[in-house]
Amino acid sequence: MNEEPKIPQQEKSSEFITSSGLELFANLVSELSASTKTNEKIQSLVDYFAIAPDADKVWVIAIFSGRRPRRAVNSRLMREWCTEMVNIPEWLFNECYHTVGDLSETLALLLPDVKNENQKTESLSYYLEKFISIEKEDENIKKKFIVDSWQQMNKNERFVFNKFITGSFRIGVSQKTIVNALAKVVELSPSVIAHRISGNWDPVATTFQELLSETASLSDFSKPYPFYLAYAIDGEVEDLGDINEWQAEWKWDGIRGQIIKRNNELFVWSRGEELMTDKFPEYFILKDLLPDGVVLDGEIIPAEQGKPLRFSVLQTRIGRKNISKKQLQEAPISFFVYDLLEYHYEDWCEKPLTERRKKLEEIITPIKNNAIQISEIIHSNSWNELADLRKKSREMNSEGIMLKRKNSDYKVGRKRGDWWKWKIDPLTIDCVMVYAQKGSGRRSNLYTDYTFAVKDGDKLVTFTKAYSGLTDKEFGQIDNFVKRNSIEKFGSVRTVKPELVFEIAFEGIAASNRHKSGVALRFPRMSRWRKDKTVEDINTMDDLQEMLKMYGK
Amino acid sequence: MPQLISFTDKGLYCESGKFYIDPWKPVESAVITHGHSDHARFGNKYYLCHRFTKPILQLRLGDNNYQTTEWNETINMNGVKVSFHPAGHIIGSSQIRLEYKNEVWVVSGDYKTEDDGISGKFEPIKCNVFITESTFGLPIYKWKPQQEIYNNIINWISKNKENGKASILVTYSLGKAQRVLQAIKETTQTIFAHGAIYNMQQTLIDAGFDLKPVVRITPETPKELLKETVVVAPPGAEGTSWMKKFHPYSIGVCSGWMQVRGNARRRNVDAGFALSDHVDWNSLLQTVKATGAEKVFVTHGFQAAFSRYLNEKNIAEAAEVKTQFGDEDEEINSPLEIKPEEKESE
Repeated sequence: MNEEPKIPQQEKSSEFITSSGLELFANLVSELSASTKTNEKIQSLVDYFAIAPDADKVWVIAIFSGRRPRRAVNSRLMREWCTEMVNIPEWLFNECYHTVGDLSETLALLLPDVKNENQKTESLSYYLEKFISIEKEDENIKKKFIVDSWQQMNKNERFVFNKFITGSFRIGVSQKTIVNALAKVVELSPSVIAHRISGNWDPVATTFQELLSETASLSDFSKPYPFYLAYAIDGEVEDLGDINEWQAEWKWDGIRGQIIKRNNELFVWSRGEELMTDKFPEYFILKDLLPDGVVLDGEIIPAEQGKPLRFSVLQTRIGRKNISKKQLQEAPISFFVYDLLEYHYEDWCEKPLTERRKKLEEIITPIKNNAIQISEIIHSNSWNELADLRKKSREMNSEGIMLKRKNSDYKVGRKRGDWWKWKIDPLTIDCVMVYAQKGSGRRSNLYTDYTFAVKDGDKLVTFTKAYSGLTDKEFGQIDNFVKRNSIEKFGSVRTVKPELVFEIAFEGIAASNRHKSGVALRFPRMSRWRKDKTVEDINTMDDLQEMLKMYGK
Repeated sequence: MPQLISFTDKGLYCESGKFYIDPWKPVESAVITHGHSDHARFGNKYYLCHRFTKPILQLRLGDNNYQTTEWNETINMNGVKVSFHPAGHIIGSSQIRLEYKNEVWVVSGDYKTEDDGISGKFEPIKCNVFITESTFGLPIYKWKPQQEIYNNIINWISKNKENGKASILVTYSLGKAQRVLQAIKETTQTIFAHGAIYNMQQTLIDAGFDLKPVVRITPETPKELLKETVVVAPPGAEGTSWMKKFHPYSIGVCSGWMQVRGNARRRNVDAGFALSDHVDWNSLLQTVKATGAEKVFVTHGFQAAFSRYLNEKNIAEAAEVKTQFGDEDEEINSPLEIKPEEKESE
C-alpha cells in the first residue's frame, strides 16, 4: 500500500485563477452551506483543495479540526467599529443582530459595500497569520487592520473573515467530511488522513506536504471498525422469545466509541468517526494496560468510582481543545466497554457475542483502573423481572436497557434483529408557552426558542425552556402566532399571550435553586403541540413537585 | 377634528370620504392598493382599484362591484380627493393620495423604488402625512441592483443545465413570478410553470400585458420534456411530491428574505436570490425624506425599529401602527409559511 500522499501539482491553469485566496475560501463556504448532500460538500472541498494556495489549505484543515488562532479582537470592539462606520445607533445594531442571529453575518451585511471592485483581497493564510501577529498589539493597530480589511472585502469575504475572529465556524462540515475530501485529493485512506491531521501541529510552521506525509511510515494502524448500531424496540419484549437467548446491559448515555491499541499506539474514535484520542487523557494509561492488537467497543462516559455521572458533565469537556486540570477533576471520564472486535490483531466480529464477551472479561477484569470497566450484564429470569429492573434506569443514569442476542455476530451499521434499545419512556408534562425568542443560525428571525409555564393557583410559573421537537411547519405557525400575540418586548424576548399548550418530554428532573420553579429538567423538548388543550388543562406546580419527589435525586 | 385616516379594527378608515383603504374586514367601500391577498380581501360591497389590478381581483375574488381608475386621475369621494400613483411593487400596485381641506395623506401600500419595467415607476409624493410599510426596515437589507441578481439567476440556470439539472425557481405567483419571467425570457426558450403561476401569468396576458407565456405542467406532461428546463413554482410546491417529476433539479428561491443566510439554510434551498419587491432600508429613508411628510405612520414589518429611527434622527415624527397587512403578504410572511391559495396542486 502506497502511503505517500499524492500531492496534486498546482496546475498551470492556476495562473488563470483570478480569485484571491480569501475569495476562494468565501466561495467554498457559500457552496458548502448551500449544499445539503455530503457528496456535494466533499466535491466542493475537493475542488477547493485542487486550486487553493498550499498555505491556505493547511489553514483550512487547521480550522476545521479545531485549531484556530486565538481571538485577536473581541466582538464588542468589532460591533463598535462597525456601528461607527455605518453610523447607526447601538440599539439598531442589536435589532439587526437579533434578526440575523449571527454576529459575523450582521457585521458583513451592515458594512458598506466595496467601492473599488478591482481591489483584491489577500490569501487566507495572510489574514490568519496577521491575526496572530496583532494579538498583543494595542487597539488602534487592531482597529486599523480590521477596518482596512473590511473595506477591501465583499460581503462573503467579510463574513468568513469575521467568523475567523469570532470563532464559531459552523457550516455543516464535520472533520470527517474534510478527511474524506482530503483522502480523495491525496489518494490516501481516510483513517490515515484522520490520524495525520490529529495531534499537535502548528499551521504556521507546517506545509501541506509535511502535514500529510509526516507519519507516512505509519500504516493504517488507527483504523476503526464500522459501528454496529441498534434500533429501538418497536413491539413487546416478550416477542423476542426466550430471555435466556439475550444478554441485557444498561444503555449508557455517553459518546459511543472504540478504543484501539495497535503497534503500541492508542487511538480513540467516536461514532462520528472522529479521532478523539487527545481529548481524553484519562485513557492514555490504557496504552500500557491493554494487550497489543485490541479493539474495544463501548461508551465514553463521565464516571466517578465506576458510577456513571450525568451526560451533561461530559458536555463541559466536549468541544474544548485544551482540557484544564479542573475539568479533568470535575468531569472524569471512564470507558464502559461492552464488546471486543479485535484480539491479537485478529478480527473477532464474526464470533458469537458470548465468546467475545468471555474474552473481553478476561482482558478487562484484571485491569483495575478507573479509566476502563466492563459494562455489567443485568441478570434476570424473566422479561417481567427485567422490566422491573428497567424502572431503575434513571437511578443508574442510564437511558434504559440494551438487549443483544447471545449468539449474534457484530454487524455493520444500523441493523434490525440482534441488538435492540429498550429505552425508558420520557417523562412528560403539559404546559403553556409564555415567552418566545428568536433562534439563531438556521432559525434566525424566527421565534423558535420558548419558555414554558405551569399553573400555580391562578398564577403561571415558568419552569423550562425548549427549542426542539417541532417540524419546520409548526415552528412557522408558532412564529406567526408570536408575532401577532406578543404582549411586551424585552430586547429579543417577547412575552406571549398564554394560549399555546405543549407537551414537554424530558429525561429527568432535579431540584434547582437557579430556577423560579425550583426544578431543572434534563433534555426538555416539545414532544407534541397540544392543539386540543387550552391553558385551563395544563399541569400544575404541584404535579411538578410530585415528579420531583418520585424521580428527582 | 379627527385625523383624515384613523386606524380601526377593520382597517385604515377615511371618515370624511366614507371609505377604507385595504380593509381586512368586509366594508361598504374599499380602496385597494394592490392585488395581494392581505391587501385585497373578500366581502366588500364596492372596490376601487387601478385598472391593472382589476383582472387580478377578478381571478382571486371573483366578480364584484369593481370601479377602476388610472394613475394621477382624481376621484372625488364625499369631498375627499383621491388619486392613485404608481407604487412599483407589482402590476397595478398604487400609492393612494388623499387630499382634504388642504391636508395631504399618502398611503404607500407595498412599494419598491427600483423600476422593474412592469409594475410602474415609483414616484415619491409630497404629503403632510405618509403611511409607509416597513417589511425590510432594517439596515441589513440593502438590495443589489436587479440586473446583477438577474445575471446570477441566469448563470445559475446555465450551470444547472451543464450539470444535467432542471432549475426550479420558487417565486410568489403574483408579482415576483412576472418579474423573474421577464428577466429570464431572453435566455430561456420554453419556461414551464406550476398551475398557480400559470393562472396568474395567463390572466395578465389575457388582460393585455406583454408578458412571457409559460407552459402549464399537468399530470400528463411527459417527464422527458422537463429535463434540464426552467420551472417556476410557488412556495407551496416546495418539498411536495409535485417536484419529483423534475428530478434531478436544483431549487432557487427569489425573495428578499434570502438576504440572510439562515433563511436560505432553513429552507434547504440550493440557491437564494435576494430579489425583493419591497423597498430596502436606504430607499425607505430616501422615500420618507422625499415625501417631505412631517408625520409618518409605519405599518407592517420592522415598524418599531424604523419609527424609532425616524424619531431619533428627527427625520419625521413617527409612530407605529398595527395592521393586518403582512399576515398573508407575499414577503412579510415567515419564510416557512405556506399560503393556502398557493397549495393548489396542478
